Amino acid sequence: MSDNLKVVENATCTFCGCVCDDMNLTVDVDEHRITKAENACILGKAWFREHGIEQRPFALIDGHEATTEAGVEEAAQILARARFPMIYGLSDTTCEAQRVAVGLADMLGGTIDTTTSVCHGPSGIAFQGVGESTASLGELKNRADMIVFWGGNPAEAHPRLFSRYAVTPKGMYIPNGRKDRTIVLVDVRRTASTPAADIFVQVKPRSDFEVLWALRALVKGRKVDPSIERRTGVSLAVLEDLVARMKRCNYGAFLFGMGLTMNRGRHFNSAALLALATDLNQFTHWVAKPVRGHGNVTGADNVVSWQTGFPFGVNFSRGYPRFNPGEFTTVDVLARGDADAALIIASDPASNFPKPAIEHLKRIPVIVLDPKATLTSRLARVAFTTATYGINVTGTVYRMDDVALTLRPAFPSPYPSDEQVLTAIRDRVRVLLGGNRLPAGAAPIAPAVAAAS
Amino acid sequence: MPEMMTLIGGRTSKQGTSLTHGKLDGEYLEVTSTVEMNVEDMARLGLKNGSRVKLRTPEGEAVLKCKGRETKDLPRGILFLAYGPLSSQLMAGDTAGTGMPISKNLDVEVEPVPDQAGP
Repeated sequence: MSDNLKVVENATCTFCGCVCDDMNLTVDVDEHRITKAENACILGKAWFREHGIEQRPFALIDGHEATTEAGVEEAAQILARARFPMIYGLSDTTCEAQRVAVGLADMLGGTIDTTTSVCHGPSGIAFQGVGESTASLGELKNRADMIVFWGGNPAEAHPRLFSRYAVTPKGMYIPNGRKDRTIVLVDVRRTASTPAADIFVQVKPRSDFEVLWALRALVKGRKVDPSIERRTGVSLAVLEDLVARMKRCNYGAFLFGMGLTMNRGRHFNSAALLALATDLNQFTHWVAKPVRGHGNVTGADNVVSWQTGFPFGVNFSRGYPRFNPGEFTTVDVLARGDADAALIIASDPASNFPKPAIEHLKRIPVIVLDPKATLTSRLARVAFTTATYGINVTGTVYRMDDVALTLRPAFPSPYPSDEQVLTAIRDRVRVLLGGNRLPAGAAPIAPAVAAAS
Repeated sequence: MPEMMTLIGGRTSKQGTSLTHGKLDGEYLEVTSTVEMNVEDMARLGLKNGSRVKLRTPEGEAVLKCKGRETKDLPRGILFLAYGPLSSQLMAGDTAGTGMPISKNLDVEVEPVPDQAGP
């Protein structure tokens, strides 16, 4: 460690959707690394410790070292030639980079999707179906006296969600912190989060929807048959007690995870929970928030929504945005073998997509932007090394409750940001295509119209 | 004869800390290739901590090390595996029109893999 240290106060951790913005980072300026991350959780400490400057090529083309500029040219050629380019990832980069990616998809007449589709995408579908009673995390901290965690393990995936917002902190109307809250955890197994709960409700796998629907019935005063226990593993007495507590509290909140969305029922599960929150508002105040994984996955939803009108899985092949999960979402596009090129930003689908989707990624030219080497960068035709958002790059991210935060970088990187690389690719594609690609069969724009637009 | 069990994929702290170090080697691969299993199921199948077990779905198969969990923590018939390259091998590409492949509560065949002969 050198003597040239500086402290960056109130920096933001972008590892998970909590996006904690109270990090005090000690930076070794000469060695370009963070030596201490005060206030960080175990995940944040690893995030800051492991993102120094690595000696990696600026770009690799077919595995050979290349400049960023050469990578941009190759990437632009691939995308301009493609008939069904897929742009995917985007949850671990800034909103500024996400905005450029959406513009590029529009220009290409391509498809853009984010990791939301394999995260809370089903919840996004549910929001459209039944609505969302929502709140900020600050509101939960200050008001919520009953929190129900459903299908998640925050102690391991979002450690500071407990201490900053939802379990232990004292709030304006929660003066005694933990003592003033009732914490319920619903899951199929005991996890590191279970000890934090007053009540642990263990449901049988694939039974979440049935439990939620039974709770809805009880909230509405309907009868539920005691045989519910045989189907779900949860007794009627436990459900009745839960409903009584839910109606009695002053302010309740569901924080739900991918135990609902990645499971049988998917968006029906999320919709059942959102509808239960709405039902409970007949008696007291209840809200429901999805607990989001990556640092700026919520930003991805926001940016794609404000630019296209839809949150993920958006296709531009007709010259205007169309949204259709199952058709334009990445796993489907790849598993069907539709895409003929892929641009992956800050994501590693080769490590976590289903096998048929990975097999197709291996067959098509792939362009990757990532600070680290991954299985996806290994199979890429063009792999860019980019700077890490929040550590080397400023910009905007959205916390899981849709609160926008500005990043305070700790030290500069020799590598370009995702936004810079995407902007260069977009500008070169624009030259290669001569502007936005027209949909197949579309009439050319009349000169007078073109001049006026 | 293989047994049918239910596999839950998920995240763990170790997976989270190791992936920031690097996903191509070391602890990340160790964490994502270890499946947690109920200790009573392990005893019945003749498995010990560190034994190898093959999981199979119609989509693919993966060989993993197993690690025991008490019944109060992980019910019989349930497996837990941190997401990673091996859990991917077991997932189907169909999303039922939602974009989301099923990655929790997969039906898997479980079969012990005999210890490799020593050198």
